[in-house]
Amino acid sequence: MPLLESGVLAADPWRPAAEDEPIGAGDVIVPLARLDEGLARSDPGRLGVLLPPEAEPSALRAALPGLSLIAVTFPIFRDGRAFTQARTLREHLGFTGEIRATGKPLPDQYEFLRRCGVTTVEVPEGTDPAPWAREHARFDVAYQPSILNETREGFALRRIPG
Amino acid sequence: MSDTATRPLPVGHYTYDQVDHDFLRARVEQFRDQVARRISGELSEDEFKPLRLMNGLYHQLHAYMLRVAVPYGTMDARQVRMLAHIARTYDRDYGHFTTRQNIQFNWIRLEDTPEILEQLASVEMHAIQTSGNCIRNVTSDEFAGAAADELVDPRVHAEILRQWSTLHPEFTFLPRKFKIAISGSPHDRVAARFHDIGVVAKPGPDGAVRFEVFVGGGMGRTPIVGVRIHDHLPEEDLLAYLEAILRVYNAYGRRDNIYKARIKILVQALGLDAFREKVEAEFAAMDRARYRLTPETVAAIRARFGTPDLIAPADAPAKLAADRAANPHFDRWARTNTHPHRAPGFICVAVSVKPAGGIPGDATSHQIDALADIAERFSFDELRVTHMQNIVFGHVRQDELLALWHALGEAGLATPNLGLIGDIIACPGLDYCALANARSIPIAQKISARFADPTLQEQIGRIHVNISGCINACGHHHAGHIGILGVDKKGEEFFQITLGGSAEDDAAIGQIIGPALPEDATVDAVARLIETYLTLRQEGERFLDTYRRLGQAPFKDSVYATA
Ligand code: SF4
Repeated sequence: MPLLESGVLAADPWRPAAEDEPIGAGDVIVPLARLDEGLARSDPGRLGVLLPPEAEPSALRAALPGLSLIAVTFPIFRDGRAFTQARTLREHLGFTGEIRATGKPLPDQYEFLRRCGVTTVEVPEGTDPAPWAREHARFDVAYQPSILNETREGFALRRIPG
Repeated sequence: MSDTATRPLPVGHYTYDQVDHDFLRARVEQFRDQVARRISGELSEDEFKPLRLMNGLYHQLHAYMLRVAVPYGTMDARQVRMLAHIARTYDRDYGHFTTRQNIQFNWIRLEDTPEILEQLASVEMHAIQTSGNCIRNVTSDEFAGAAADELVDPRVHAEILRQWSTLHPEFTFLPRKFKIAISGSPHDRVAARFHDIGVVAKPGPDGAVRFEVFVGGGMGRTPIVGVRIHDHLPEEDLLAYLEAILRVYNAYGRRDNIYKARIKILVQALGLDAFREKVEAEFAAMDRARYRLTPETVAAIRARFGTPDLIAPADAPAKLAADRAANPHFDRWARTNTHPHRAPGFICVAVSVKPAGGIPGDATSHQIDALADIAERFSFDELRVTHMQNIVFGHVRQDELLALWHALGEAGLATPNLGLIGDIIACPGLDYCALANARSIPIAQKISARFADPTLQEQIGRIHVNISGCINACGHHHAGHIGILGVDKKGEEFFQITLGGSAEDDAAIGQIIGPALPEDATVDAVARLIETYLTLRQEGERFLDTYRRLGQAPFKDSVYATA
């Protein structure tokens, strides 16, 4: 599926693990249930995992050194648990790899995603990147700390989002 | 904008600088874009809904309703005049003050909303987060900065919470709406225990501000009195601690059933101790330096609040006493509709937006303009909307109170019923709301007309009557000394009566006294409850006190015993 990074479409080197098949070589995203299998894989390639909204990010703690990507998901755009998961991964677990939003987020949530630590967004085939780019550039200021190292605007709580 | 450099800052609320103005303009453009995408069909109604809700735009029974935020209820005259302009230009010439200290316009066209928001932005106002599953407009004490009993002016921290919660990246798609109230007085005028989070500011032993934090209170289908989760939170941890509470809520709050999605249900399900443990664990793990609310930040925000120069002539109290002695009508109004001020020679004024037989909280554009004029003339250009749907002028000179009362009288706003039986809180009900079982407004009007006589009202004394058109409890009937709830009985509007609720320090949830009654019988029942109280009360007792002393029986009998 197409991928958005910093407001523009980007190539996606990752593939999901095929059901009922060995994980195989390459950059593969496995479901949480197959994490151990992924970590034990001997084929070359990077490993990613799909964290469902109800899962505790801390369940990944031991696996983090072996993970290059964690996908969080929005079953519907109104379900905002992934925001907290992403922040927890960055802030408490110190995860520095890619955090990918999957499911059905809206362009209007793009800056929220980024400020919670999401780096890429998976969008449906044929998505017009323009609204995403627009939202990415929309605001010059934010009013609260985020997990990003944003520059202070010089006054009170304000930050300049990256 | 740049004129703030030369003009004194408005009293009572934060003043925007260029960055704040630019932000709001970007927000208006974003909404204009969203409306255009909706009209073109690019956004489905399902996708558009949460976006318009984030801008305070509801779809009601007959039209769109726009709810404009009034942060901590405070506005200057320029802002108030803008509301009158919007009522005149885009609505049916009136606005409705809400229990969240906001104002809503009930007859708005979708196409007009970007323009309305643009005009609001020109006076530093917006509708951001007045609906939707996000942190709503933060409410505060209507006598903030003025009340004689206040320990800390809560508005600076209310503003900090407003800014912090504005487009918060993590907490804008919560399981359900989230309401925060903050007070700085030991007398709870903000219903702190009936909010998702209630914050009470107080000076700590070292003089620095500390906060008492309540969590998990709320009305609605499952009314719950909030519990104290922190007793003495240091100022610098205010944001970190609130973030921790909201994170726990965002991660664990139920999303499968909107009636069980508020934080109160989570707190109940986990138990306070387990909930607190989770919050403390989150708080302990956080990068606290990042979330630290520094004294410099507090000072920088405080510096953008104008402060009134509270100097009154020495004979102001004597002049007021003489004016009151000379005019019994004025005297009565001054008795019911004022509140002690901390500064000598000053007084706080509460204006009832509830004339006998009127619609609670509705004001015409003419009245809204009159309120702006009065604020300008008598109260440092500032007024506040109260959670009782009334208006407060915070700082009025005692020697000018009579002139203010005359000005109110000319606008039809001098009803002497503050805190009395005519000061009814009612939700919009079936006249506007798609969820309603019954109309709340006509029954409020009938009760108010029944007790129109100001002498009788004063005799009855302090009482809260609250009316909701359905179990969602927007009229806070659970917290009414007398609560009235609209129910549907085979397609007919009936009303259930509860007694003994309170939203103040003695917070309690009202108890149902018996089967629901039709509208007119309910009005009669209220009259009988009041008669019973007047017969049985002891010296100095409010309705609530008599009820609590005697219990339900005599009241219940008065309503249901067949003569
Ligand atoms: S209490 Fe019910 S009827 Fe009244 S405004 Fe709320 S949802 Fe509508």
